[in-house]
Amino acid sequence: MTSEFAVEMREVVKRFVTPEGNEIAAVDDVTMQIKNGEFFSMLGSSGCGKTTSLRMIAGFEWPTEGEVYIEGKAMGRTPPFQRKVNTVFQSYALFQHLTVYQNLAFGLEMEGAREEEIKKRVGRALEMVRLTGMDRRRPKQLSGGQQQRVALARALIKTPDVLLLDEPLGALDLKLRKEMQLELKALQVQLGITFIYVTHDQEEALTMSDRIAVMSKGKVQQMGTPVEIYERPTNKFVADFIGESNFFDGKIKSLSKNEATVFVPDLNADVTGMPISQGLANGEEVVVSIRPEKIRIVGGDAKEGNVLRGKVTNTVYIGADTQVFVDVANAKVKVWEQNRVSRLDPKSFYVVGQELALALMPENTLVLKKD
Amino acid sequence: MLKRLRENKSAQGTLLAIPTMLWMLGLLIIPLILTAVVSVGRRSPDGTVIYSFSLENYFRLLGYSTSCANRQAACFDPLYVSILWRSLSLAFNTTVLVILLAYPLAYFIARAKPKQRNTYLFLVLIPLWTNFVIRVYAWMILLRQEGVINLVLGWIAHFLHISFQPIEMLYTPGAVLVGMVYEFLPFMILPIYTSLEKIDVSLYEAAADLGANAAKTFRRVTLPLSIPGVVAGTILVFIPVMGTFIVSDILGGRQVILVGNLIQRQFLDARDPTFGSAASLILMVMTLIVTYFYTRKFGFGEEIVVA
Repeated sequence: MTSEFAVEMREVVKRFVTPEGNEIAAVDDVTMQIKNGEFFSMLGSSGCGKTTSLRMIAGFEWPTEGEVYIEGKAMGRTPPFQRKVNTVFQSYALFQHLTVYQNLAFGLEMEGAREEEIKKRVGRALEMVRLTGMDRRRPKQLSGGQQQRVALARALIKTPDVLLLDEPLGALDLKLRKEMQLELKALQVQLGITFIYVTHDQEEALTMSDRIAVMSKGKVQQMGTPVEIYERPTNKFVADFIGESNFFDGKIKSLSKNEATVFVPDLNADVTGMPISQGLANGEEVVVSIRPEKIRIVGGDAKEGNVLRGKVTNTVYIGADTQVFVDVANAKVKVWEQNRVSRLDPKSFYVVGQELALALMPENTLVLKKD
Repeated sequence: MLKRLRENKSAQGTLLAIPTMLWMLGLLIIPLILTAVVSVGRRSPDGTVIYSFSLENYFRLLGYSTSCANRQAACFDPLYVSILWRSLSLAFNTTVLVILLAYPLAYFIARAKPKQRNTYLFLVLIPLWTNFVIRVYAWMILLRQEGVINLVLGWIAHFLHISFQPIEMLYTPGAVLVGMVYEFLPFMILPIYTSLEKIDVSLYEAAADLGANAAKTFRRVTLPLSIPGVVAGTILVFIPVMGTFIVSDILGGRQVILVGNLIQRQFLDARDPTFGSAASLILMVMTLIVTYFYTRKFGFGEEIVVA
C-alpha cells in the first residue's frame, strides 16, 4: 500500500451514446477519494451513475474524461485483468459449466498458482464463506444466498487491494440480506480490504459504510459518514433521499453564523434553524427541513420559538412508532412518535381533530439551499 | 370420458403424441422392417426380390467376393468398403471444416448489435430459399473447366502474360467437399450462434476481472459454454452428409461415389433392391455408431434443442 487512497476518481466523466443517437453523461465530473481499508458506498437510485463509476474502477469501462487511480497509479486504459481489484457482480456471474471449486480456482489458475497452493486457498476461502463441502456442486445446485457467497469467495480469493460490490445482496430476501450485511461488514473489518459497495438501499448503506457518496444524475450530491449524511444533509435531494423529512419553502429573514430565521408562509410562522448549505444570503429563498422523529409534541400552552399549533388529521400505528399527521396553517407536518409506553386504550393515542403544539427545536431544523 | 381426460395429464400427453406415432410407425418403422427383410433376400434375374434368408449382400458389402482372378477361391474386394470409408471420412472432413467456418461467423453475429444480428441471420438463411439441387448446380458453373473460376484465372494469367491451363476442379473429391461444406454451413451457424448468444456478457467480464485475457477467456469460458451448439450442429451436419447423393452426383460425377450414390444406383440402375437395402442398413448402423460415441462424450446439445 503505497498511496493514502485505495481508489481515487478525479474529475471523471463518462458519456454514452444512446440508441437514439443522443449523448448522455452517465457520470458527470465525479471526484472521490476512497481511503485504504474503508467501507465506502455509492448510494443512489438507478441511473445515478453509481454502477458506471464502479465499472470504471474495475476497468470494464474507460472514462471519457478524467482519470481513475488505484493505489496512486493512473489506470488509463488498463484492462480489468491487470488491475488489483475484483468484482462481485449483481448477477453473481458464476461459471455454470464449472463446479464451485473450479469457479474459485479460476482466478488462481490465471495467476499460474500451483495445484496444492490452489487447493489450500480454495479450502480456506470456502471455509471463510461457510461453504465447506460444497466444492463439487454446480452453481445451479446452490441457493441464492450460497451462490452469492461463492461469488464473494471467488473475488476475495484473489486477495485484491479493493473489492468492488455491485448490489450484491439485491437478489436475496430481506432476512438473508440483513444477515449478509452484517457478515460482509465483519468480513471487511477482518480482512482489512477496501470495499466499494454500490447500492440503492439507503438502510444497507447506512448499516455497513464508513463513508457514503450519495449520487444523483451522474454527480456526487454529498459524501460523508452515515451520521453526517443523515443528520446534516447539505441539500434537499440528500435530505429527501435518505430517510424522511418535512420540507417547507421560505425566505431568510435574518442570518448569523449559527442561526438562520426563515419566514415560512405555509406555516404562517418564523422558523429558526441551522444554516447548512454553503453561501446562504439574507433574503434568499430556501428550504427548511426537519425529520419527523425530531419534532416533539409539547403541552398545549408552550409558547417558545418554533412552536407551531395544529390539528391532527390522521394517525397511523406502525408498532414501534405512531405516525401523526398534523395540519399547521396551510402545511402538512409529519411527526413520528415512539411508542415508549405499552398501552391499548385508543383514547391514549392522539385522535383526529385534536389540537396540538409541535416544537421544532432549532438544533434539529436545517436550512438548505433551494435546488 | 372428456372429463376424465381433462384431469389425466399423462393421457393428454399420449393423445397429443398419437398422430406423430402413427406417422412414424407407418413411414419409418414399417419401411425399416421391410428394408431389413428385403436386404436378406435374393435378386431374381429380372430384378425382383426372392424372399429368403441370405447374408450374401452383407458379405459383399464387407469385401467378400466370388468373382476373382483365381476362379476357385473367394477373395477380398475393397470396392464397397472403400466407398463406405470415403463417405465416413468425407462426412468427418465436412463437419470439421463447417465447424471451423461457422464458429467465427456465429461468434461475430452473436457479438454484433442486436439490430444487426437479425440482418446477419437473415443473410445466413437466404441461400436456403433456393432449391438444394440448383445451389449444387451453381457450383458446377463455378468449378467446371470453362467455368467462372477458370475464366477469371485465365484473364489474370493473360493480363500477367503467364501461360495458363484451366484447372480441373469439377468431378474431384475437393469439389464434393466444397459443395457439402457450402450446403450444410447454415445448419452449423445457427445452433452455435444460439449457444453463444445465450452467454451472459457479465461472464466475460467476470473472467477478465479474475485475470483472464481474451484468449484465456475464450478457451475457459466461451468455448465450453458454446459446446452444446457445436454438438447440435454436428448432428445436423454429419448425419445428412453421410447419406446425401446429390452433391457427389453432380459435383463428383462418376469419380466420387459415396454410399448414397451406391444405394441410389442399386435401386434405379442396377435394379438390385436387396443389395441397396443392405447398403442402406449398413449406412444407418455406421451413422448410429458414430453418433452414439460422439453424443456419449459430448451430450446431445440438449440446451440448444430445448432453447
